[in-house]
Amino acid sequence: MVKPKLAAGTVIDGFKLEECLHRGGMATLWSVSSATIATPLLMKVPKLSEGEDPAAIVSFEMEQMIMPRLSGVRVPTFFAAGDFAVQPYIVMERIAGTTLLPRLRELPLPYDEVADLGLRVARALDELHRQHVIHLDVKPSNIMLRPTGEAVLLDFGLSHHDQLPDLMQEEFRVPFGTAPYIAPEQLLGVRNDPRSDLFATGALLYFFSTGRRPFGERESMAGMRKRLWRDPVPPRRLRGDYPPWLQEIVLRCLEIEPAWRYPTAAQLAFELSHRDQVKLTARSERVERDPFTTVLRRRFNKDFTKSIRRPSVAAQISAGPIVAVAIDLAEGPAELNDALRDTTGRILATLPSARLACLNILKLGRLTIDTTLDERGHNKRIDRLVSLRQWCEPLRLGEERSSVHVLEAVDPASAILEFANANHVDHIVIGARQNSLLRNFLGGVSAKVAAEAPCTVTVVRSVRAPTQAPIEASPAIG
Amino acid sequence: MLMALFADIHANRPAFSACLAQAQTHGAEHNILLGDYVGYGADAEWAVTTVMDLVEKGATAVRGNHDNAVSDRSETMNPEAQVAIEWTRGVLATAERGFLAALPLVQNDGDRLYVHADVSKPQSWRYVMSAEDAARSMVATSAAVTFCGHVHRPMLYTMSATGKVTSFTPVTGSPIQLLPGRRWLAVLGAVGQPRDGNPAAAYAIFDTDRRELTFCRAPYDVEAAAAAIRSKGLPPWLADRLLVGR
Repeated sequence: MVKPKLAAGTVIDGFKLEECLHRGGMATLWSVSSATIATPLLMKVPKLSEGEDPAAIVSFEMEQMIMPRLSGVRVPTFFAAGDFAVQPYIVMERIAGTTLLPRLRELPLPYDEVADLGLRVARALDELHRQHVIHLDVKPSNIMLRPTGEAVLLDFGLSHHDQLPDLMQEEFRVPFGTAPYIAPEQLLGVRNDPRSDLFATGALLYFFSTGRRPFGERESMAGMRKRLWRDPVPPRRLRGDYPPWLQEIVLRCLEIEPAWRYPTAAQLAFELSHRDQVKLTARSERVERDPFTTVLRRRFNKDFTKSIRRPSVAAQISAGPIVAVAIDLAEGPAELNDALRDTTGRILATLPSARLACLNILKLGRLTIDTTLDERGHNKRIDRLVSLRQWCEPLRLGEERSSVHVLEAVDPASAILEFANANHVDHIVIGARQNSLLRNFLGGVSAKVAAEAPCTVTVVRSVRAPTQAPIEASPAIG
Repeated sequence: MLMALFADIHANRPAFSACLAQAQTHGAEHNILLGDYVGYGADAEWAVTTVMDLVEKGATAVRGNHDNAVSDRSETMNPEAQVAIEWTRGVLATAERGFLAALPLVQNDGDRLYVHADVSKPQSWRYVMSAEDAARSMVATSAAVTFCGHVHRPMLYTMSATGKVTSFTPVTGSPIQLLPGRRWLAVLGAVGQPRDGNPAAAYAIFDTDRRELTFCRAPYDVEAAAAAIRSKGLPPWLADRLLVGR
């Protein structure tokens, strides 16, 4: 069938083509307008002429299947898709600004800016993974920043959706992805591991903070395959002042074995937003690449090249939750704090990839001017941190899986909820104070947290209260 | 329009009743019956009269190998299925047996096709168990979407314009848009004897306007279906397997 050539002014299914914004190898992007939609719109039209790579068509089909099912501020809003038999297209929200691609001219960026960018990307990936999608092509040209600050992931043509047929799996001749960012397991045809996106994020952070791509720019299969056994030059070698916490994060993302990376994007985001608490392992200190013997062992390690059967994306994500436990060190009775530890221990026992954030609220007076020092001159904040560590110690999680946080707040419930929202916490464990006059007067902190939390909340009581005799109903009170 | 599709009912009254009821709550307006109404289960007469009733009200139905075996004694089956079919022959009335024998093997409906097993040779009752089987079936028809059963395990196959076939084990309750421009073959799970390890009855809902297919599961009183099989003196394995969905 002869398709009309697209030009400004052409109307397709009610969308009027305004301006051609980009002509790429796979697709053309037009700004379009609609009488019924006020949002600025973008139409993506695939190149389907004779001789085009059939994989390009399949990739566009995949994007047509995935995009209508995505939601949230960290992906472009989907509006319409066109039939392949007539004119294939996808109409989506046009996001103001540019991708991260033009920023390559400014590399290397300041460390804090890189970490901040990484945090935004990790949050976007967390939201995507929770919608059963692995992006598999994370790179600067597929990331935009909204004016409100959130990173938006673009282009789902190479993505894997756990609840849809993976059309790209069968188009496999060479692995799809972008050479500098593609994860080692993707080179072996694995398309269902969300940690592949963490590897790409690590490659991006490495590049943005050093100005050098961790695996060079070789696009040949042989060149790309080297990352199956060869680790990148540690960033500290390239920049003497490279912060150890950032090297720890970047090199952990770039681990060859997916299981050695962060278990989830949410946990990577957590590390990037609590830089002072990153556990500094030997990774953070390295200035040399792995010794030749290690590389040689990996080179001929057949275990890695064996494809491992992976559970669903949802199962992989839920195996590595962020659990936050709120502990009242000042007023909480010792039995309650022990009960909280028991419950937390039981939750973590079945989840070896979970991480725990121990929270304590340093209550500020509404009217008084607070000092961080107590009457005896001790720093209250530091005292609390020490006590939290002590509370956490019997759980034997180590610094890698646990962190301690003292939140200063007037309203403890709001502070806990804010922390849970900001850090994508999956589960809050909190103690309930019993028979407290204060609780009766103010309303319980745990009740408010349970009612308003974005996630599961477990409310812990130290002992089961003895059964009380029922109170006789009195008509006088009625 | 929403259509409900049912395959391999196998005379399982609690299972089929549960599916019909659930499909109705989803708003299904049209029923497609993909064969094997009898065999294995204990409610043969109820199953056939229910299907006859549905067809009278506009449902589309095709014949399965067990339905065929009721009248066609040349049909070969495994020993347990054979016992069940012999019992079924002694239960169904002339009109019911006649109804089954007269059902078509294939039904076309716009760009959709309904069949019990592989399309390339419907009367041979070949299983569609792999991407190769699916490819053979898909190239044998001009229909864009084929619905079949016979395997008792839900599966979705699709073929690109270049002939590459993708296999996919569907996720219950998650709609999949069957994109135009490629071929699709949906193998439905069984209503009356699921074999994918999930004892709940399997069926599907297809939204013809949105071209969205949803594989569904309806939990039902498996114990009752198993007890009915035992009470008719049918092979005990036919009862036991329902409990584990194998």
